[in-house]
Amino acid sequence: MTKINGAEIIMECLRKEGVEIIFGYPGGANLPMYDALKKYPDIKHVLVRHEQSAAHAADAYARVSGKAGVAWATSGPGATNLVTGIANAWMDSVPLVCITGQVVSWLLGRDGFQEADITGITIPIVKHNVLVLDVEDIAPAIAEAFHIATTGRPGPVLVDIPRDVQQQLCEFEYPEKVDLPGYQPTVKGHPQQVKRAAQLIDESEKPLILAGHGVVIARAAEELRELAEKAQIPVVTTLLGLGGFPGTHELNMGMPGMHGMYWNNLGIQEADVIVAIGMRFDDRVTGALKDFAPNAKIIHIDIDPAEIGKNVKTLVPIVGDVKAVLQQLIPHVKPARHDAWRGWFADMRQKHPSIAIPETDKILPQYVIKKIYELSGPKAYYATGVGQHQMWAAQYFWGDNPYSFVTSGGLGTMGFEVPAAIGVQFARPKDTVWAFCGDGGFQMTMQELALCTEYELPIKFAIINNNYLGMVRQWQDTFYAGNKESVRMFQPDFVKLAEAMGITGIRVSDKAMVESSIEAALRHPGAVLIDFQVEEIEDVYPMMPPGVSLSDTIDQPKVEQREYAR
Amino acid sequence: MSGRIHTIVALVENRPGVLNKIASKWRQRAFNIESLTVGHSEVPGLSRMTFTVDGAAHDIEQVTKQLYKVIEVVKITDVTDEQTVARELALIKVATTKENRSSIIEIVDVFRARVVDVATDSVVIEATGMEDKIDALIGMLTPFGLKELVRTGRVAMVRGGTPALPEAPADGAFHRYRSAGEGKPKVGSLI
Repeated sequence: MTKINGAEIIMECLRKEGVEIIFGYPGGANLPMYDALKKYPDIKHVLVRHEQSAAHAADAYARVSGKAGVAWATSGPGATNLVTGIANAWMDSVPLVCITGQVVSWLLGRDGFQEADITGITIPIVKHNVLVLDVEDIAPAIAEAFHIATTGRPGPVLVDIPRDVQQQLCEFEYPEKVDLPGYQPTVKGHPQQVKRAAQLIDESEKPLILAGHGVVIARAAEELRELAEKAQIPVVTTLLGLGGFPGTHELNMGMPGMHGMYWNNLGIQEADVIVAIGMRFDDRVTGALKDFAPNAKIIHIDIDPAEIGKNVKTLVPIVGDVKAVLQQLIPHVKPARHDAWRGWFADMRQKHPSIAIPETDKILPQYVIKKIYELSGPKAYYATGVGQHQMWAAQYFWGDNPYSFVTSGGLGTMGFEVPAAIGVQFARPKDTVWAFCGDGGFQMTMQELALCTEYELPIKFAIINNNYLGMVRQWQDTFYAGNKESVRMFQPDFVKLAEAMGITGIRVSDKAMVESSIEAALRHPGAVLIDFQVEEIEDVYPMMPPGVSLSDTIDQPKVEQREYAR
Repeated sequence: MSGRIHTIVALVENRPGVLNKIASKWRQRAFNIESLTVGHSEVPGLSRMTFTVDGAAHDIEQVTKQLYKVIEVVKITDVTDEQTVARELALIKVATTKENRSSIIEIVDVFRARVVDVATDSVVIEATGMEDKIDALIGMLTPFGLKELVRTGRVAMVRGGTPALPEAPADGAFHRYRSAGEGKPKVGSLI
């Protein structure tokens, strides 16, 4: 067998794993990898403008495609620039394989030029990482990386390879099977626990399903729907679970939590059984833990045993793959109606229309977002940043596609939207992709706009521009006596910026133009940036202040109490 | 931390960086490790770690679950409530004079410890036992002048026939693509 170098072995491994696209950035320590690229024309490389975007784009690509995302960076600053993106993938359980170049092995630990101990740095934010010191170890290390990243609870894996190891020669042999003695994820749920869960559901009068990202990751939307319909159980979906249950389904109650639907927060407190599926009781969902769901017996289905009992006390824990466990569970659950309980929700939704949009001539941010959803049709994809626009985007998302809402949930990474939309567009080249951008977060990653021109990506960017770091401003107004510190900043002319990047820019400052600009953007074959100059002071409601219980959620204030109406 | 001292035994792959990964999980939850010992186990390629950690049972359980997520951790068990044999080893250097040497040796005999080195002005004593026995011995020797002290921390083994590792690997050894030792560049090692 002929010998090839380590960098070519990396490429052979990626081909074996079915990788079609790499997001990356070259530098001294990964030059052999870039040298090998041209021999593998079936694998596309996308040159980002900052390594953080490589990780985010690969992350979003993975969420939509269901395959592992791949990001490359060089040693030192290249690798450390990946860190935010890796942490983001870690918090949201996204399969991401990062391959970093490292300084030559004889310089390791000697402060070589562009050396950073990236395996040391990333320990708390990766599912696994490894420094490869022998060319023979590259193929097994990458096979393990993909296996670990994509199985069990997915997550990021980093493989660090010194430049000299990339240059050593070796025969390529890909391991057929990865066998890790310390890594054997549980797939099937314990049959006894499954029966107990079914019994609890059958006996309950007010059951509620809390569905999270696990449903989406496990591709279990069908099973969730079957369970909910069989026993007529209302379904609440977390931020990352949005779409895991069809938004247009009558049993879908939308999002719970800090900016969730009022009825859900009270509904959780009212429920007698909670079926938590692929979710982790995040503090943004539970509010004060001691007051969370006081009347509910909790069934918790999750593939990660460390999530069981981490935040709330669980009566019936079921460790396993959500899809497999639901398939086990459904036959045991008896058909039910739960008319009174569903009536309770209908009544609450009637009394507290949490996301009704006030009538006004002003451009309200939530109005813009709602219009984009209405006009883009059911097949569109959305990436969001973090902050107010993200919460509105989540509140008004009632779509049916489980993979169409891509957002930074756990880490809350501002600037995620621009590279994420790029990753989504590469995964779904024929579909409409919107990036909901905050005017603050957009400025963190706006350099990536250039990729839309370079790779002909027809992404539609909607800057929800309230001229503030809106969520911080809302907190300052609510909890810091209105001391609006460091939340206003000089803004570039976003329309000119779009033009400078080779894409179309539109500024909208009149409500009458909102619809027509969205329609124009959808018609336009290329990328479009719309700078929506929305009402500056508008708060996100409902709101559960930090540290209080779900019962103390504040619903919408009346229109006349709002800042812009005074 | 409120609670009691827990003894946790882990079998881990002997590879660079593993100790760092494990320590990171304890640190993230703000645990202070009271003692830690590492050494080879009965299976080539697997090291055995014994931790003692102060904390409430629920918190400890949470961390052990997190530790199990470290890929190189093959098995981890809290043996606090098991019937175990637990020991630590101490080397104690005590100042001596011609006059008091025999009294020191008397104490050493009572504790079934051993004198392993004698100099004109000091002796080195080796002692094994549970921590309270070592504490008591040190308490008795301190008045003579304690010059140096080293304690290994606890090692523990569950009594009876159950092995720590339920099934032996087919080839009898745990080494993945890094074959143990021979001739490969090593940057740091586990121990």
